[in-house]
Amino acid sequence: MKQKLLNECIMRFPALSRNESISRSAAAGFAAQTDPMASDIAAVKIAVSEAVTNAVVHAYRNESRAEKRVVEMTMRLYEGGLLKIIIKDRGSGIADIEQAMKPEFSTAPESEERSGLGFTVMSSFMDKVKVRSAVGKGTSVILEKQLSTYENEKQ
Amino acid sequence: MLKIYNDGRRITVSIFGDIDHHSARELRISIDEVIENSRPELLIMDMENVGFMDSSGVGLIIGRAKAVKAVGGELAVKNARKEIADMIALSGMSYVIAAPRSEKRNLQTL
Repeated sequence: MKQKLLNECIMRFPALSRNESISRSAAAGFAAQTDPMASDIAAVKIAVSEAVTNAVVHAYRNESRAEKRVVEMTMRLYEGGLLKIIIKDRGSGIADIEQAMKPEFSTAPESEERSGLGFTVMSSFMDKVKVRSAVGKGTSVILEKQLSTYENEKQ
Repeated sequence: MLKIYNDGRRITVSIFGDIDHHSARELRISIDEVIENSRPELLIMDMENVGFMDSSGVGLIIGRAKAVKAVGGELAVKNARKEIADMIALSGMSYVIAAPRSEKRNLQTL
């Protein structure tokens, strides 16, 4: 059954680390419209931060043209409180998605801050995480979470 | 931002604000400077004023645990809120977390 789309916001920004906090705050604001539990909002912020950071760190290593280094975040809310967030880049893509999603796998050894736990964290805080990627074309990470809503809690 | 409390061989670094990929680098440099200069027996990372942390924070903690170990010390994390504690648990090093606001003597160390 396809749920009715209630709201959609799209945000486009350069792949800069300072946009990690701006994008997760925007996602938290979008999720807040259903008045969910604080833990749901915290989970959304963490998952978005991981996905956007991956795009900032990995997607555009081979792209020197600043205007091409763009990340797009699409946020959708469906009837019943299903939240879907898509983080898309047009960067180098992931050759082996299965390997990339393994805990502690990282292709960024120079970046000590990345523990290789990004996808593990996304999966643990979201209901579903899907990755679509093509080498040379880019990557989309699709995050899904059923938000706790006032309507859900009444039942 | 970082506040440092130096109590002889024990040092507490109190972190303020978000810990993400953007902020972790500066925090890493500041904390490593403290480790290098003071060579603490125990380094405590106080998370009470950290509103947000993602897996970059886990990388920061693992790296500092190694750095403090290299000078003969140990690391502990205290006052981590639930999501932060959950994330540290995901990395398999939940044993560095001390109970919230616990007495210093109860701190578990890495």
